[in-house]
Amino acid sequence: MATLDTVDELRIGVFVCDCGLNIAGALDCGAVTEYAETLPDVVCAVRNKYTCADPGQNEIKDAVREHKLNRVVVASCTPRQHEPTFRQCVLDAGLNPYLMEMANLREHCSWVHPGDWEGATAKAKDLVASAVARARFLQEQEELAVPVTRRALVIGGGIAGIEAALELADQGHEVTLVEKQASIGGIMAQLDKTYPTMDCSI
Amino acid sequence: MGLSSRRAVYIPFPQAVPCSYILNMDDCLGINPIACGKCAEVCEKDAINYDDQGEVVTRDVGAIIVATGLDVYDPTEMDEYGYTRFENVITSMEFERLICAGGPTDGHFVRPSDQERPKRIGFIQCVGSRNPKIGRPYCSNICCMNTIKDTLLLADHYPDTQNSVFYQDIRASGKSFEDMFQRSKEAGTRYIRGLPGDIDEDPKTRHLIVTVENTTSGKLERHELDMVVLSVGVQPSADRDKLASMLTLSKTSDGFFMESHPKLKPVDAPTRGVYFAGFCESPKDIKDSVCQAGAASSRAGALLNAGEIKIEAITSVIDGEACSKCGLCAKVCPYGAITWQKGEVAAVVEAACAGCGACGATCTFGAITMRHFTDDQLIAQVRAILAEKPEDKVFGFACNWCSYAGGDMAGISRIQYPSTNRVIRTMCSARVSEEMVLEAFRCGAPVVLVSGCHYADCHYIDANRQTVKRVQKLWNKLEKAGVRPERLQLEWISAAEGQKFAKVMRQMEELRQTVTADEIAHAREALKPKPKKKPKTKEKEETAPTAS
Repeated sequence: MATLDTVDELRIGVFVCDCGLNIAGALDCGAVTEYAETLPDVVCAVRNKYTCADPGQNEIKDAVREHKLNRVVVASCTPRQHEPTFRQCVLDAGLNPYLMEMANLREHCSWVHPGDWEGATAKAKDLVASAVARARFLQEQEELAVPVTRRALVIGGGIAGIEAALELADQGHEVTLVEKQASIGGIMAQLDKTYPTMDCSI
Repeated sequence: MGLSSRRAVYIPFPQAVPCSYILNMDDCLGINPIACGKCAEVCEKDAINYDDQGEVVTRDVGAIIVATGLDVYDPTEMDEYGYTRFENVITSMEFERLICAGGPTDGHFVRPSDQERPKRIGFIQCVGSRNPKIGRPYCSNICCMNTIKDTLLLADHYPDTQNSVFYQDIRASGKSFEDMFQRSKEAGTRYIRGLPGDIDEDPKTRHLIVTVENTTSGKLERHELDMVVLSVGVQPSADRDKLASMLTLSKTSDGFFMESHPKLKPVDAPTRGVYFAGFCESPKDIKDSVCQAGAASSRAGALLNAGEIKIEAITSVIDGEACSKCGLCAKVCPYGAITWQKGEVAAVVEAACAGCGACGATCTFGAITMRHFTDDQLIAQVRAILAEKPEDKVFGFACNWCSYAGGDMAGISRIQYPSTNRVIRTMCSARVSEEMVLEAFRCGAPVVLVSGCHYADCHYIDANRQTVKRVQKLWNKLEKAGVRPERLQLEWISAAEGQKFAKVMRQMEELRQTVTADEIAHAREALKPKPKKKPKTKEKEETAPTAS
């Protein structure tokens, strides 16, 4: 992996995603991409149809190599959905995953401002500018690994809890099942016959 | 259910697990051995201990599956149906007891008022479901099929029974469900489209008169029935609130636990290592509960099998040289992850740090760096967004777990709000420092929003208490500087509250429009940092970032 000690200038690539028409249907992705090119330290800005798909990810990887990018900004959907995807993508391209930043043009912009082309485009530009500004200060980070206690707790002894506890036990894990009543079985145990099999609930 | 009586010592039901007797201490006289104590005398195994107490058991676990299930709706409040007023109006849960071979009537289906077999039975659907008037707008999912099953059982046991089902829609979308619905109709069940407005009782015969507008024919109908079964809705278990605050779980407006993603992470809680199975996440039947339980245990198993978990590199780092040894950071850490003793430099226990940033926002000496959410990064975002035409923008900070996710939910639900808003993400609202808010005003922001999780739902135990303290301090500061304090707003928005997120953004926009150019200019000046106090910070801000 290329470390930042070996480079001395910021080289940011911005990838603006159409998300089909999810984003491109409500704002001007072309204008956002052009605007991104004008931002400080941005050396390339690319518009993709679907950045998360293989062709889109490949464009990121190619651009990282071609333009010697050391920061990547993906302007697409919420980081709560695809941050892991793009972190893996830049890692595959040889960058530390923490050198990737996202601008949320979909959940926080195109989906909530349909019919406001100008307003949504202006907002998208600001969100990209914000992500680029942040990207300029991103640093490599290493993740700490901590051990996980190999034991599970299941809260509730109805059909879902019983089933989950048995499955985990079958996988070889120690499971504690907690039930507030005197017997497990929950609501299902109070039923006579159940659909669609019309047989006993117990 | 009050359909029959039982003793103070009993086995819950014949197939109970564990299958052993329990004492109902509400009815037992045994606490006072003079009054009774007979069971202890006859128990040869000496298994009865009146003084037995609950005990606290501590277990370390690496994964938790929440399967807290459901409560059944009590229809007493829907007085028009006369439940509890008319003996022959029962709920679908009471139906189960009456038709069960192990039930109080040994499976003989009789009506409660006279123990006679009813010949005309009506089922009323959506009792406590899809009814916004009583605050229960959601579909309970299971009641249509449960009633269809009941009609088939009755047709099988008592072919001469006339069953009528009053419904608004029959939702039979599962595998083989439509087939069951058709079989029910073929067995003679009458399906009458329309929910009854009223049930009355003939005091002599105890028959029930059901009045309903048949929405297929458009006519008002009156049906005389021997017995009515209310197909009651279901709701998440009442215990869930306590658990929600223990595990920092969010709820939807219907009260069900909120999953990480409605489509792609349907069994993961937003809290890592916690998974949902069954009804607590959404209304579902047995098959779907079993499916979800399998998925949840698979997800939990993957975590346990890995044996270790990577912690996102967003933890706090303390610069010993800059540390003033004041210990404030240790005091605000919700996890006790900062060790400090008087006169000593504070230190972070990385494995215990969750990365909320409460310490980073509290430290005024610049000694704490929040990895990946540094002051530099966040201030740069504030400045970038407000670089041009700040007067037209509503600026806000949103916490990752709730408010930002609430914004995502507004997006997923396509709830519209003004495009003037610009929100940046921090892990917790407690990460938002005074400087960040002041910087926004200095950059010309007309209004600033700080938003986080609801008070008891903070994903960092109670870090958002620090948010409240900080915002209150800022309000005072703004007031002293002659800046309208309401230009800074504090809101709690949960991950499920897309509607609220949009509403808050609309309100912020209305507020923005009240802020004059003079006010903005005044705040820019009045909130300028005093150069003497922070020469270091200023110098740092002016330094252009480099890659090394």
